[in-house]
Amino acid sequence: MRYIPHTDADRQAMLEALNIDSVDALFSDIPEAARLHRPLRLFEPLSEMELQQQFFRLAAKNLSVDQAVSFLGGGFYDRFIPAAIAQLVERGEFLTAYTPYQPELSQGTLAAIFEFQTMIAGLSGMYAAQASMYDGASAVGEAAFLALAHTRRPVIVMSSTLLPDSQQVVRTYVSARHGEVLTVSSVQELEQVLASRPVAGVIWQYPDVWGHVQSLPRAVELAHQYGALAVVSSDPVALALLRPPGEFGADVVVGEGQPLGNHLNYGGPAFGYFAVTEALVRKMPGRLVGQTLDHQGRRGFVLTLQAREQHIRREKATSNICSNHSLNALQATIYMALLGPAGLREVASLSVNKAHYLARRLEEAGLSRMGSEEPFLYEFAVKVPGSVAQLNQHLLSKGILGGYDMGRWSDQWEGYWQLAVTEKRTKGEMDMLVNEVKRWMSR
Amino acid sequence: MDVPVIFEKSVPGRRGIRLPAADVPEVPLEEVLGRDFVRTSKLNLPEVSEMDAVRHYTRLSTLNYGLDTGFYPLGSCTMKYNPKVNEAIAALPGFADIHPLQPDSTVQGMLQVMKELEDALAEISGMDAVTLQPAAGAHGELTGILIIRAYLLAQGQHRTTVLVPDSAHGTNPATAAMAGFQVKIVPSNNRGDVDVDKLRQMVNEETAGLMLTNPNTLGLFEEDILEIADIVHKAGGLLYYDGANANAIMGKVRPGDMGFDVVHLNLHKTFSTPHGGGGPGSGPVGVKSRLEPFLPVPRIAGSPDHYQWNYDRPQSIGKVRSFYGNPGVLVRAYAYLKSHGSAGLKEVSETAVLNANYLLHLLKDIYETPFDRPVKHEFVLSLKDQKKRGAKALDVAKRLIDYGVYPPTVYFPLVVEEAMMVEPTETESKETLDMFAQAMREINGEIDAAPDVLHEAPHHTVVGRLDETLAARHPVLTYFQEGSRAQTGQEGNI
Repeated sequence: MRYIPHTDADRQAMLEALNIDSVDALFSDIPEAARLHRPLRLFEPLSEMELQQQFFRLAAKNLSVDQAVSFLGGGFYDRFIPAAIAQLVERGEFLTAYTPYQPELSQGTLAAIFEFQTMIAGLSGMYAAQASMYDGASAVGEAAFLALAHTRRPVIVMSSTLLPDSQQVVRTYVSARHGEVLTVSSVQELEQVLASRPVAGVIWQYPDVWGHVQSLPRAVELAHQYGALAVVSSDPVALALLRPPGEFGADVVVGEGQPLGNHLNYGGPAFGYFAVTEALVRKMPGRLVGQTLDHQGRRGFVLTLQAREQHIRREKATSNICSNHSLNALQATIYMALLGPAGLREVASLSVNKAHYLARRLEEAGLSRMGSEEPFLYEFAVKVPGSVAQLNQHLLSKGILGGYDMGRWSDQWEGYWQLAVTEKRTKGEMDMLVNEVKRWMSR
Repeated sequence: MDVPVIFEKSVPGRRGIRLPAADVPEVPLEEVLGRDFVRTSKLNLPEVSEMDAVRHYTRLSTLNYGLDTGFYPLGSCTMKYNPKVNEAIAALPGFADIHPLQPDSTVQGMLQVMKELEDALAEISGMDAVTLQPAAGAHGELTGILIIRAYLLAQGQHRTTVLVPDSAHGTNPATAAMAGFQVKIVPSNNRGDVDVDKLRQMVNEETAGLMLTNPNTLGLFEEDILEIADIVHKAGGLLYYDGANANAIMGKVRPGDMGFDVVHLNLHKTFSTPHGGGGPGSGPVGVKSRLEPFLPVPRIAGSPDHYQWNYDRPQSIGKVRSFYGNPGVLVRAYAYLKSHGSAGLKEVSETAVLNANYLLHLLKDIYETPFDRPVKHEFVLSLKDQKKRGAKALDVAKRLIDYGVYPPTVYFPLVVEEAMMVEPTETESKETLDMFAQAMREINGEIDAAPDVLHEAPHHTVVGRLDETLAARHPVLTYFQEGSRAQTGQEGNI
């Protein structure tokens, strides 16, 4: 087989060393009744050339965002990715290393994670961040766990404007711990719930699924007033312009990291981030890198506070997480280094300028924005007169991936169309979108 | 020299990437957001040129050791070669640049890959249905245990205990606890297998299931597996297969045929997707048909003419992460499967097992092997004798670095004293195995001749052994934290 180096002579020599005739002797301890007595029903092996040809054809059956004009968001954004990132993360020393258990041979990974932790803590306005989670939604789920364990209270309250996948993961995770999840759609409702029962954590999104931000300070304040932890989920690029959740007093800030230099990958792999206050550092799930010295006083980095983790604490660990999304976090680290503070701010503010242009043009065309009095950045939702599905179908025929049909998330959101505008969209593309919307409306 | 950090290369005003000028009117941010919501604190990102960044991360990469660097016999991690063609395939824009909320009609190629991968993994594991949603092995475990719980609850059974062998991966007990179960530890017998008599005494009407790796973490096949399955099933529990060691059994025996009800597979181990210095991985979960209704949403439905996502699954445990899993990893794993086919996978497992037994044969006259049996894809040595002579398993591991190899896993599994766990994988040649055995022999000789060489190893890395106690006592977790630069006397240009 292609990746097995053994010649017949090698195999023969190894079998002779073991004093056996066939490799079957090494499987004789498998009970006869359990063994597979036929070949696996799979396929014939392909050469590399055939493999490439087959997968080129499969890839060609998908419409990539480079072939269309995309206005999709919802946590994943079609952002510009500098070429240097792929070249660097594909270096075999990064790509093909394991989790950095042997620090002397892993300083590259460890130093990059330390930089990542620094950048994420800074962006979110928090004391520290860990090495990465699988994605934004599972990071929210783990934050709910942290709140349950820290407060020893049984209830998680989340905003109805949290990303729908995050809501679903919170429900799955919290039910595992026999906890209860309640959803509220305003800060008034939040206060009623907090007053009525002991709540472990309040989960808010900033900006939320409508692109709104204004309810956050009051939600954090209320959570604290009633002894609950305030968990905030944020798009990290938005935090280049927005006052970070940490400055409003958030206890845990999490989010989906894809917008930081990661490809869309049809939803994964990207990564989740997880940042906390100083008081909660030892309650964090997952890997954490710390600075230290060697015997000659040279600065180096190690995995630290491992007593939180499954390989040490086993059933008493803060989480079962082991492999996380280290390479994706590395992509984000290099992205942030390449852009710097001015570049990241530019990415966000270009998106804001463009999104506001589009929102205005759509409003002029008669599509009103949800919560038109609320500020927004680069993602917003408008009410469509008619079927969003049909509108999107029309746009797709013109090479446009329209916004998301929010009615697919919830019946209550029927008729709302969520649009995201990144730095990649041009005025020409947005004018085309508006013209096609107008044409569809006057059909 | 200190390990470098990008912030120390920062010069105010320096730029890497530039973006195009705005083609629409500028929006005054304070006016739009209101004063309270505009960020006023500075973004403490480094200010470097593109070349600064490229040199810095290239330099960091040289401080790492990957599979592409050399032999990586890390037990339980299956560090096999990661084919480059799979990277090229996954990077095609048709896979890498598609948005998870795109209409199903625009992602038929990806859905086809995912459906065919589900089917192939079901066949390999002997299961009836597979979900690709879990992001890693431990995430698959959580998914699998939640499925077991949901299934039992649907039968009206509130079972509270999950059994885990003492040799299990740490994720197993952590997962069971995370899913709200009590964990009970099943002891091993003197052959390194699950103690069947003890198991029989431990199961009862509280038992939700048993989590088992087979071959187990000692590299040994649980010979009594059929009896174990029978005991757990008769008690009304289910059997969970931790697929971390599946590289030993492909085409030889299937978890489904051993009696397992739920299984997860680690695509970043058995199916060669790169580990990336700690992920991303992928941990698909397979189940027997009676558990299928409980799999996470959504499920791939439809036919090769048109695949679509189905969310209408009332008994589902819900979602364990956003969207559909890690399709970027799934594409690589499917390419790996396609390049091997059924005969190739069997040869993979046979060779992995041959390599492990051959290497054990070369080592067992000088390093104690706690169980004298044929092993599967990996084996565990006990360095008790070496410790008595003055070198711990950790010292031997660190000295191996000087010989140019990545050290095996040490101090795991916990049931073996001074454990060293070696997994060579099928992609390593006889010469590499001979070289490793020779290094282990020489190091064994050094214990008596020059013990300090081991105690002070490694000698040629960018840093020596690092003070982990210092790191834990005064955790410095970010560059701008008080005490970070002060410890080394360095001043950065911030």
